[in-house]
Amino acid sequence: MILIWLIIIPFLGGIIAWYSDRLNTALPRWISLIALTFDFALLLALWFKPGIVLPPAGNLVQGSTMWLAELDRSWVPQLGISLHLAMDGLSLLLVLLTVFLGITAVASSWTEIQDRVGFFHLNLMWVLAGIIGVFLAMDLFIFYFFWELMLIPMYFLIALWGHENRFYAAVKFFIFTQVSGLLLLIAILGLYFIHARNTGVYTFDYLQLLGTYMQPATEFWLMLGFLIAFAVKLPVVPVHTWLPEAHTEAPTAGSVILAGLLLKTGAYGLLRFTIPLFPRAAFEFAPIAFVLAVIGILYGAVLAFAQTDLKRLVAYTSISHMGFVLLGIFAWNETALQGAVMQIICHGVATGALFILVGALQERIHTREMGRMGGLWATAPRIGGVALFFALASLGLPGLGNFIGEFLVLLGSFRVNIAAASVAAVGLIAATVYALWIIQRVFHGPNTFNWRMPDFRGREMIIMAAMIIVIVWLGLYPQPVFNKAGQALGNLQRSVDIIEIAKPRLSRAGDTRRGLSLFTDEAKRSRRIGTVPGVPMEAVNGR
Amino acid sequence: MGADDLLALLPLLVIAAASVVVMLAVAFYRKHMLTVQLTLGGLAIAFISLFAVASVVPRKVTPLIIMDSYALFYMGLIFAASFVVTILSYGYIEGREGRQDEYYILLLLATLGSAVLVSSNHFASFFLGLQILSISLYVLIAYFRVSELGNEAGIKYLILAASSASFLLFGMALVYAQLGTMEFSLIAQRSTAADMRSALLLAGLILITVGAGFKLAVAPFHMWTPDVYEGAPAPVSAFIATVSKGAMLALLLRYFTLVDIRTFGPLFPVFTAIAIASMFTGNLLALFQDNIKRILAYSSIAHLGYMLVAFLASGALAVAAVSYYLIAYFVAILGAFGVITLMSGKVKDADTLDEFRGLAGRRPWLSGIFTAMLLSLAGIPLTAGFIGKFYIVTAGVGSALWLLVLVLAVNSAISLVYYLRIVAALYARSLAEEAVAAPHLSLAGGIVMAVLTLLLVWLGVYPSPFIRMLQTTVARLI
Repeated sequence: MILIWLIIIPFLGGIIAWYSDRLNTALPRWISLIALTFDFALLLALWFKPGIVLPPAGNLVQGSTMWLAELDRSWVPQLGISLHLAMDGLSLLLVLLTVFLGITAVASSWTEIQDRVGFFHLNLMWVLAGIIGVFLAMDLFIFYFFWELMLIPMYFLIALWGHENRFYAAVKFFIFTQVSGLLLLIAILGLYFIHARNTGVYTFDYLQLLGTYMQPATEFWLMLGFLIAFAVKLPVVPVHTWLPEAHTEAPTAGSVILAGLLLKTGAYGLLRFTIPLFPRAAFEFAPIAFVLAVIGILYGAVLAFAQTDLKRLVAYTSISHMGFVLLGIFAWNETALQGAVMQIICHGVATGALFILVGALQERIHTREMGRMGGLWATAPRIGGVALFFALASLGLPGLGNFIGEFLVLLGSFRVNIAAASVAAVGLIAATVYALWIIQRVFHGPNTFNWRMPDFRGREMIIMAAMIIVIVWLGLYPQPVFNKAGQALGNLQRSVDIIEIAKPRLSRAGDTRRGLSLFTDEAKRSRRIGTVPGVPMEAVNGR
Repeated sequence: MGADDLLALLPLLVIAAASVVVMLAVAFYRKHMLTVQLTLGGLAIAFISLFAVASVVPRKVTPLIIMDSYALFYMGLIFAASFVVTILSYGYIEGREGRQDEYYILLLLATLGSAVLVSSNHFASFFLGLQILSISLYVLIAYFRVSELGNEAGIKYLILAASSASFLLFGMALVYAQLGTMEFSLIAQRSTAADMRSALLLAGLILITVGAGFKLAVAPFHMWTPDVYEGAPAPVSAFIATVSKGAMLALLLRYFTLVDIRTFGPLFPVFTAIAIASMFTGNLLALFQDNIKRILAYSSIAHLGYMLVAFLASGALAVAAVSYYLIAYFVAILGAFGVITLMSGKVKDADTLDEFRGLAGRRPWLSGIFTAMLLSLAGIPLTAGFIGKFYIVTAGVGSALWLLVLVLAVNSAISLVYYLRIVAALYARSLAEEAVAAPHLSLAGGIVMAVLTLLLVWLGVYPSPFIRMLQTTVARLI
């Protein structure tokens, strides 16, 4: 039941916050903060929950022992829909990130939002509730339900409290995600009917749908439906154009949630659904994914460098960083996956912090144009210092969390595709250029416009301190995160291996994925004979 | 005709009697409140009688009418919708100039016509029901004679409906000439024989499709819709959008469940083309409107296109999907027009986008309800429309209608632009001079809107009981 409470608390908190508006405009902020703190406490309880002995990684764990917490209730039995929520280490990390960034989002809009405060917090809390639902859903219908649910409040956040060009940005964001969402729905239904045809059971349950057998062509098309939906969210380069607009026009809290969380739902979808449900098609697609990832890394970095609008610049860096996540996910070995998860978390925190900084600057000097800034360090040294820290985190300075993520992704993907990893590494250089460029243009040089502004004060310093601590902690001692994620990732990998082995078709991409094992004797031998590595001949011939 | 036959006809008899009672009451004692109460009473009794009838169905009463659980379900939907329309009409008409009471007689007659349509099993009852419905609507649309737009809409509807009815008659005649029967089940039986599939029969069916398409307002027979929706009084627009279209769709669904549309030559591509054209026409044209009634008119064209997708999927899943979508659509359209009705002054309907700008500041609850209705029409989670859309896509994918399903996906995204435009206007800052004193909200109107909203959320969050009901009533048609 704890899982449903994780969703209900922000949901109800939002409604109460909305209504409390008429009593006092400070009340919605406090109510939201309290609700999220409560959620956070629940999550910490799950993190430290004693008595759960996780079996050693590498074994596929099925059933209830697989999860830290689980809820499975029938919802629409006629159509095979059940309210199935479950949490493993991966979900736990992402939900923690959601609630943490949610708290910073509420805190960072404390003075920025003065208009329709109650309705703002309603939308903010509902977006968070939807995202938490996405990270917990283990029934594909429920997943789609939350996937769509989080869009409307996000639309409102951009369209009502955004900047100059907000309506255009909000509608563009909505249409991109909506079309891709419906493709996802069609693919889900395709899978649903194929599974029903194979087994006679109509169900949307993720665990039951895993390993559904289908023709390669069908598998490819369904995989594409899943992939496009998540690629739009991530975003992958040809379908990224909504991102700069939406991030730039959104209010600070909206940008934090967009960059920190909504993009991550795309990564999570790829990790949890696209590859495990359609492993063969996904691995055949992997080379293209690598190319797209590398293009995204470089393209995002180059375009970031070309921006004069500070917020837009930060938005483009997200495209670059998410390229690493895509690379890591499709490399699909333990190192790369751990790196991708780490990158997801650190990018969420660091970019969220950068958006809060940009928002704070805009609130003070009413511009985002870097041409109109300069020399701000002297008047606001704390803002400058914090900005320097997060710029360094963003460029991947060793000792900070982002470095761990990017390094592991490169390490893991090098074993799978040397070319992609090598070119992606160039992205790190580009990141250094734009990150330092921000600091130089905004905080150094002459203060030509004679800006005088108040520096960060208590509330803002607390937010920033919390985010800095997280980044440093993850940079110096990432092991707890690896432990939490490792079990979940191992499970995902094992389930894919089982599906692959169970089917009598040897996937070429599947071999490159195992990287070095290609060159072992066993792999050579089995390739010559045309069987699957690791499976005795009798097993194959017996089919 | 025995006692059971009469019992089976009870809902139709009650509605017919109610219209007579209202007419007599009006002849002797004109009081708006009393008329409304009699109308509501008649509809309520008719609704309750459905449960009494449930014990004797399915039953064919004369060759014309078939009372089965499918017909009872749709009658229930129609009576409930008319009930809502009546309550909304009371607040809308009260205080307006002119005679008020005849309106309700016409409304009851239109309801009767729709109820005959959903239970019809024969071309004669089909045509009779349709004409009772149409003729009542001519007058209802142009009911307030001071309204120029209303008169224009009434004339337009009259001419187009009459000509489409002649198409329909001609089509029926051709089918009769070929098959020698006007009963649906016999038509289905005889037309399966290969030698009966002549051009004549096909021409007849196409002509009937034209006539029905006009009533459904699917492209390319949709031209009248925006003008009529705009000109007609808001509650009447709600009635046309829901009851009149729903009844016709129910009839088509019954007919084409008997006659498998997939095996019937070019009929399937024709309906596919109509569905695609409706979705695109409705959604693209709605983008350019500033009048909310017109936007809803175009959006209803698109919604009928969506329903045709499931309609073409055929099978038990499809029938349930269409019916579920229809419930969701009824609730949302009645709610949306209900808000317009409640917002309307005594001279002119509140239907421009500017009149709704900043409504959230003045009327938070009403604008919240309107938002919910619009989001349901757009198919957003937590509302009935989401489950409805999901159901339709499920039916489409289940029958592998990939093209239609993809077109639906694209259109669903296009439609968001105009729904969200209205919603964004609701929550925008209101223009200072636009602070029109909104009319006082009647208690009955408020209760109706609250019930509709609760229903909308219930259908969207816990659809299981409704789906079970559909499976035990509507899906029995197969």
